[in-house]
Amino acid sequence: MSIRVFSAPLLAAAWLAAGAAGAEEPIRVGMILEMSGPFADIGRQILNGANAYIRAHGDKVAGRQIELIVKDTTGASPDVAKRLAQELITNDNVDFLAGFGLTPNALAVASLATEARKPMIVMNAATSVITTRSPYIVRVSMTLPQVTAPLATWAIKNGIKSVYTLVSDYGPGIDAETTFKKSFTAGGGKIVGEVRVPLRNPEFAPFLQRIKDARPQAVFIFLPGSSEQPVAFMKGFAERELNKAGIRLIATGDVTEDGVLEAMGDTPMGVVTTHHYSVAHEGSQNRAFLKAYAEIAGPGTRPNFMAVGGWDGMAAIYEVARRLNGEISADKAMDVLKGLRIDSPRGPLFIDPETRDPIQTVYVRRVQKVNGKPYNVEFEQIPDVKDPGK
Amino acid sequence: MISSLIGVVFDGLAYGMLLFLISVGLSITLGLMNFVNLAHGAFGMLGGYVCAVATTHWNVPFLAALPLAFAAAALTGVLLERVLFRRLYRGSPLDQVLLTIGLTFMAIAVATYLFGSQQQALHLPRYLSGQFSVYRVDLNIYRVFLLAVGLVLTVALTLVVDRTRFGAAVRAAVDNPRVAEALGIRVALVFQIAFAAGCGLAGLGGALGVEVLGLDPVFPLKYLVYFLLVVAVGGTGTLKGPLYAALLLGVADVAGKYYVPQAGAFIIYAVMLILLIIRPQGLVSRS
Repeated sequence: MSIRVFSAPLLAAAWLAAGAAGAEEPIRVGMILEMSGPFADIGRQILNGANAYIRAHGDKVAGRQIELIVKDTTGASPDVAKRLAQELITNDNVDFLAGFGLTPNALAVASLATEARKPMIVMNAATSVITTRSPYIVRVSMTLPQVTAPLATWAIKNGIKSVYTLVSDYGPGIDAETTFKKSFTAGGGKIVGEVRVPLRNPEFAPFLQRIKDARPQAVFIFLPGSSEQPVAFMKGFAERELNKAGIRLIATGDVTEDGVLEAMGDTPMGVVTTHHYSVAHEGSQNRAFLKAYAEIAGPGTRPNFMAVGGWDGMAAIYEVARRLNGEISADKAMDVLKGLRIDSPRGPLFIDPETRDPIQTVYVRRVQKVNGKPYNVEFEQIPDVKDPGK
Repeated sequence: MISSLIGVVFDGLAYGMLLFLISVGLSITLGLMNFVNLAHGAFGMLGGYVCAVATTHWNVPFLAALPLAFAAAALTGVLLERVLFRRLYRGSPLDQVLLTIGLTFMAIAVATYLFGSQQQALHLPRYLSGQFSVYRVDLNIYRVFLLAVGLVLTVALTLVVDRTRFGAAVRAAVDNPRVAEALGIRVALVFQIAFAAGCGLAGLGGALGVEVLGLDPVFPLKYLVYFLLVVAVGGTGTLKGPLYAALLLGVADVAGKYYVPQAGAFIIYAVMLILLIIRPQGLVSRS
């Protein structure tokens, strides 16, 4: 029993062969994600989505293995995200930077992507400004203004003339508030009141009472998805019987996000939202996505739009690898990514070559029960929506 | 105008009572026993998960799930007290902080592993949801329920601590364990029971809080500030102190958010600051 049967020349030959086959090195994708802490659900969704894509399409593309290297930012921590990106670039020699559930983490890495010339695929973070921070950033998710503006238009068209706005007091919330106000007043609507609530806000009662006293036709809200905030708001909204006072609830899809919808009980029934993805979307791509997702995350766990971001980010990387025949170089990759079309679970997705932001269909949906379970059921669509934030 | 004022006071009292309910366990472990128990929220979370799982998966009625939540947290408390906490009763506060915050992180990891990172669903029975009107003021039924539970708990706990032999034994054991032991009080047992009660109450508070606060694995850290706030402002060594503090903070917070929403987030902390400056030893303190 000895392994010394290999002769020295044989070993040398093997070593040479390995060296020559540099193309057999894997394509490394550094995933910078919120895997623990208060936003862990975001990281999990995105990673599951990415892994589901690999499961469905094989872990090899253009003859090269795809390897995900996952790093945990532990939350909204720009300095940690930056350090992790540095490690991924210098130690792991990644070909792509990807992930980014939250805006601060994406912004922190932008300058590194430029310096190190690494394509950076933003799979979720939705503040409009992100893609302007580096020519190497591509976003496959959405921007908040992109899904907000169509809601204002829909409200006007459906006879809603007075709206009270309530948003979380941070970047995306203010983005949503500004966009909604702009589009809504431009269409002749009136904002009768506005309030920004603290990000950590366990008690909505006083805000809801204020809204009830103001008697608007509808209240527009943006609250971060994957947190207890939308659940708490919905419960309060139902408890205080604002709907019986004739006040409708409209929101961006983050609020009735698929992953949290079941935890809300019957309270969100009938809420109208606009968003780019719903698990109830009809289409073969979505069916394939849901099937692969269930294999990764286990049956009964619902994906949400963030998981779709992970899936589409991988779809983009696979397409780049195919078109470049496995030889990834940053600038060539960017050329492929600009103007890329992806047949996404959400519907058609087009990367705007100028802004590197997605142009996509935004759906108007209503929460209702299908086979006894709550879903965002799409009933209207606005095709080819660009980010109005730029 | 008047009815909106009454509404605000009611909401504030109810919110304050919720703050009290999620903190009352800590007012025993930290307040009464002087043990810096930053893992309080972890026991609260345990109660919350027990309640959520019992009601949604085992079809246990909500009211029956509450004692279950208490029992589960209390039992875990006994276990951990024997294995871990007991060693640190006389340790430095820093050791207690390190141990309990470490346990909190472990609890978060375990909860994430078992239940995933998403929000848990909890559906109240019909008789506890909705609202009713009294003289044109809308009162939310669950909030009335919280107020009632809080009041009953306070009266019961105050009676136990102030009027029973056991309460006297706890106070004696905390003040001077050696003399208490010499007088025939079984200090270890007394501490164990008191600690279990504190953990059980944390579990009960967590279960009651899920409806309003939501429940995910970061619960223990997310609301840690509120637990500590109530006990610090209320003063240690009594149960009335934290109750008054919680009610005061609740009313101030709700009124602030209703009348000056721009400053909403800061009011609770401003009130805390003022109260701590006026009464650094807490609202009610045991001399």
